[in-house]
Amino acid sequence: MIINDPHAVRSISVLVKKELAGYFNSPIAYVVISVFLVIVNWLFFKPFFLVGEVSLRGFFDLLPWLLLFLAPALTMRLWAEEKKSGTFELLMTLPITTWQAVLAKFIGSFIFMLLILALTLNIPFSVASMGSLDWGPVDGGYLGAVFISLIFLAIGLFMSAMTKNQIIAFVGTLVVAFLALVAGSSFVLSGMPDLAAKILAGAGLANHYANLAKGVLDTKDFVYFFSMTFFFLWLNARVLEARKW
Amino acid sequence: MLELKKVSKHFGSVAALVELDLLARPGEILGLLGPNGAGKTTTMKTIAGFWYPSSGQILLDGLDIAIKPEAAKRRVGYLQENVALYDDMKVFEYLKFMAEMRDLLPEHQLERIKEVAERCGLNKVIGRPIAHLSKGFKQRIGLAQAILHDPEVLILDEPTAGLDPNQIVEIRGLIKEIGATKIMIFSTHILAEAAAICDRIVIINQGLKVAEGTPDELACLTASQQYYLEVAAEPSLVAECLASYGLTAEQEDPQLAAYKIIFKNKEQRLQLAAALARAGLPVVEFAPQNHGLEDSFRQLTQNI
Repeated sequence: MIINDPHAVRSISVLVKKELAGYFNSPIAYVVISVFLVIVNWLFFKPFFLVGEVSLRGFFDLLPWLLLFLAPALTMRLWAEEKKSGTFELLMTLPITTWQAVLAKFIGSFIFMLLILALTLNIPFSVASMGSLDWGPVDGGYLGAVFISLIFLAIGLFMSAMTKNQIIAFVGTLVVAFLALVAGSSFVLSGMPDLAAKILAGAGLANHYANLAKGVLDTKDFVYFFSMTFFFLWLNARVLEARKW
Repeated sequence: MLELKKVSKHFGSVAALVELDLLARPGEILGLLGPNGAGKTTTMKTIAGFWYPSSGQILLDGLDIAIKPEAAKRRVGYLQENVALYDDMKVFEYLKFMAEMRDLLPEHQLERIKEVAERCGLNKVIGRPIAHLSKGFKQRIGLAQAILHDPEVLILDEPTAGLDPNQIVEIRGLIKEIGATKIMIFSTHILAEAAAICDRIVIINQGLKVAEGTPDELACLTASQQYYLEVAAEPSLVAECLASYGLTAEQEDPQLAAYKIIFKNKEQRLQLAAALARAGLPVVEFAPQNHGLEDSFRQLTQNI
């Protein structure tokens, strides 16, 4: 369905290239990266020196909340702008399937996100230089951040496909991603009927992320992240396909 | 050969196209005419694969394009109305991107981009950012990407809209040249343009095909042929001559032998001309008052 011929692979890679160029050609991307890095470093290092403990727990507790804002900033324009400017029309008359276009945009935003996450590596390395750091949770934490990014970007891309307005796409993503993040928290679950609490605990992002950030790698969590991502990409393709009728 | 068979397109309860039949052959320029909102753009977007028809079939060389839309899209070039481009790219970058998306072989891409840029007059701006270019250049870039992969079918939605007269002449020349070998469908609301370049015209109104034919055939659809006649003679003499042929004429000015005459056919017109010559009445002006195609268009598309 997605990749059935060499044309498709080539088309996707051409589109991914175009998406990445779109990020690097725009000054907004550099502003977003800079602001993000400054905030991450500030928020992490400020309490870090007060506590004086060689651990990245603070960083990984913080990261999902920052990704909550970063991911929609990266995805909000992806479909909305194409729709608003009219380039969407031409894109949809090119010999690619809707799935291929969705996938290409997703991969493009994901690569860009990986780059930003890589730019935060100064944090573990500077912490490691100050004492002996247990790298297990760091690896797990980054893996978790990558997985959260997958889901948030998929949600963001889907939201961007729903509207021509980038602000709406941003806020919509923020709301959905926020709900996904807090759904499993004990604050939400307390006072819920048993069954609902169980479902929400499974559906919420935070618990799966917490496992990874502890350094625990479980297939259940992998399945969760990939199926959620796929679900939103699938919705995205569906929305764009439905428009044709 | 491109064939539309009873193609309808509905948006909710609004019918944008109703059972449209259309046939376009290679080497023949087919013009879609119609007032704004008639369904021209809907027709073109449907052929280009932007959306599916609600019912009916679009056949390209006998194959339904809905079965393998990607394969069909490969054979179609499309210039949208109000061309939209990636403004953050440079002209060359954009054409390169399109060449890659269109699966041009890497070794042919440069050569083909050069060729098309030359043809569309883009050489001067090839390294400039698209955002800085005028509407005329953007239109040409749109056209360049549409012909880049040498498609068998070209769909051009109002290719001359918003261009200055010089550019219009250039683009028309290009359309004629390309249309000589391709299946070419283009839309316009400029009647003179349709008459000048199309081999065949289809007039649509409110999603329905209301007429089809060569420009001449359509011009003759309206029976009334109004002429303006001015004779340098006593009005009474001329009136007599007109009356003897049973022609109804409307005198423009009581002092002047100037009339608006509606002929039923060409015969009548020749008879009158001969009669005036025999009577030795000097004709100052004898000219058709309006374009036949315009009349047909108005008559067929007036929404009563």
